[in-house]
Amino acid sequence: MGRSMLQNGLQGPRGERPVPSCFVLNNVHTDTSISLYKGRKNFRPPMNLEFTMPEQTYLEAIRAGLEEEMRRDPAVYIFGEDVALGGPFGVTKGLAETFGVNRTVNTPISEATVMGLAIGSATAGLRPVIEIMFIDFITLAMDQLINHAAKLHYMSGGQLKIPLTVRVQCGISGAMGAHHSQSLEAWLAHVPGLKVVMPANPADAKGLLKSAIRDDNPVVFIEHRGLYWSKGEVAPNSDSIAIGQAAILRDGKDLTIVALSSMVAPALAAARELEAEGISVEVIDPRTISPLDIETIAASVKKTSRLIVAHEAVEQGGIGAEIVSRVQQEVFYYLDSPILRVAAPFAPVPAGPTLEKQFLPNQERIVDACRRALSSN
Amino acid sequence: MLDTAKRKAMLRQMVLLRAFEEKLEELYQRKAMFGSTHSYRGQEAIAVGVCSALQSSDLIASYHRGTGHLIAKGADLYTLLCECMGRAEGYSKGRGGKMHMGDMAFGFIGNTGTVGGTVPTATGAALSAKVRGSKEVVISFFGDGAANQGVVHEAMNMAGLWKLPVIYVCENNQYAMTVSLEKSTAVKQYSVRGAAYGFEGKTIDGNDVEAVYEETARAAAKGRSGDGPTFLECMTYRWDGHFGGDPGTAYRTKEEIESWKQKCPIKRLKEKLIAEGHLSESEFQKTSDEVYADLAAIAERAEAAPLPKKEVDLTSIYAPLEVSHG
Ligand SMILES: Cc1ncc(C[n+]2csc(CCOP(=O)(O)OP(=O)(O)O)c2C)c(N)n1
Ligand SMILES: [Mg+2]
Repeated sequence: MGRSMLQNGLQGPRGERPVPSCFVLNNVHTDTSISLYKGRKNFRPPMNLEFTMPEQTYLEAIRAGLEEEMRRDPAVYIFGEDVALGGPFGVTKGLAETFGVNRTVNTPISEATVMGLAIGSATAGLRPVIEIMFIDFITLAMDQLINHAAKLHYMSGGQLKIPLTVRVQCGISGAMGAHHSQSLEAWLAHVPGLKVVMPANPADAKGLLKSAIRDDNPVVFIEHRGLYWSKGEVAPNSDSIAIGQAAILRDGKDLTIVALSSMVAPALAAARELEAEGISVEVIDPRTISPLDIETIAASVKKTSRLIVAHEAVEQGGIGAEIVSRVQQEVFYYLDSPILRVAAPFAPVPAGPTLEKQFLPNQERIVDACRRALSSN
Repeated sequence: MLDTAKRKAMLRQMVLLRAFEEKLEELYQRKAMFGSTHSYRGQEAIAVGVCSALQSSDLIASYHRGTGHLIAKGADLYTLLCECMGRAEGYSKGRGGKMHMGDMAFGFIGNTGTVGGTVPTATGAALSAKVRGSKEVVISFFGDGAANQGVVHEAMNMAGLWKLPVIYVCENNQYAMTVSLEKSTAVKQYSVRGAAYGFEGKTIDGNDVEAVYEETARAAAKGRSGDGPTFLECMTYRWDGHFGGDPGTAYRTKEEIESWKQKCPIKRLKEKLIAEGHLSESEFQKTSDEVYADLAAIAERAEAAPLPKKEVDLTSIYAPLEVSHG
């Protein structure tokens, strides 16, 4: 099936020649009727491929987004380690059965070249969605991502297009230690030419993934492992959501919290906690950190005069610094208190579960920062 | 030729490595250990054969499936178990966990959660040995999956170029997570890659601890005398799943797993020693019981050891400043 789609449905980079059938790879045949996860105790079982329920987990929503885009566009294919059997969390599970192993391609463990091949294939007519298993491993692929994917369009004077989506998951969950828990989004947001998306709920995950895949630019789509099994309403065949638009999740007038990815839920909980004391908190999820929707944030701060920024990445050099800087530039004279950041300490992520818990920013620390902001002035 | 005492010591070590993995699995199942396990059962002959052929000043770099390497090189079981259980007395004060440690006391320059990540660092330690004119050799342990990382190739190229005293021990257990060997590379044996970088590559039976020992001893002598690196591809099999909770049967047949269990490295040496008249079944059983009992007692102590302090620990992120200026 993958073969005929590729042979009949695809155009070359300049729209004229069909992609040669040699793209149909050998040695990728995997029995996809089996699961790595049966009997696996410490992880939740993978979800089945039913997309009729309006309630979906974040993981299912991502899978649905992938499936709908693969159906829509035969140039879309998935490329990455262990993707044919679903990967360690089962995100891509079932896609190889639906679309064939030529569109859900297992690769050797070679992140740098997985990235490079994807970029090359994107310049030449395909629309790859690659998976880097943990954001910690994107470090291996940085030359290709930063020097090639992010700059080829520019360097070719706008000729080359890199319709590439890099799916990665990040963050602290499951005491996995210093090499499997980092939040490196600020590195990526520092690079012109890349777009960086960090959805915090299932509907955003699906909608933004669709936009990422349809975008002709390289987009790094950062999932959070700890959110995979959180639920939310998602319509089947739902629309794409524009990259670069923040979402106001809660209206308030006394203080604004800008929270990213895993920090959105604790921020909302903090807002509810403070509401009980008569404090009205606005919560904004930027959803995309490059480009960053500073207008929405600045407009909110203009109204509330106080801002807390919460993210899971370490504080130093985090995206919070960028948000704070731009907000003060826009609305300095409206501010009633210093802008505070709630983030991880400047340390590698510890592995021990007790240490990990202390390291992770949480609702309590967000509430505490809000109180400090409200008490100054 | 290995004498009987040495072979018996290696047999005991292999039993210890197996007991250790079984202990970790037990701890993991009852959530006394966190993160993940990566069982070494079935591959014991490699760590034991390699490390038994080393001197204590030699260095090793390990990877995720690495607890066996550490024990065979001389890690302290209590400290190691403390680390696996996040205790303050662990190698990394409970901050690293099983995959993120290092201890120069037994020549261990680090393991990794990023596949292939320690192959260049092992090669760099060998560069140091060469520059310092020491007689150390360095072992770079890595898996068949790691063999396809770019840095592994770059490191081997430099090692060949500069004739570095490093031994690349590729533990070919034929799978990288769910992906089998033939779906990862077009070559039949990874050992051909030694030739690609100008040094010897050899495929050996990784379940034969004596063969692993002999080949390592030979390669180490070669490294010490300035004749450069060796690539030792040790054919083996992991009995268990990739990590804790993966039964390992979704992408491998029961028959395949069973056939490799028949090639158990422990059983093999044990039967050989018995056939030679150097060991009896009851003597083996006694040794094995001792090993399991000792380990159980150590694990109990480690489990009762204190957890790290409640505050976020910001120590040893940077080495203390000892720079003299001016
Ligand atoms: C850079 C990097 N990519 C991917 C992974 C995920 N991963 C962990 S272990 C593994 C398979 C490793 O296979 P192999 O090198 O053969 O070692 P084995 O597990 O078989 O001992 C993969 C893909 C990782 N940890 N690091
Ligand atoms: Mg392997």
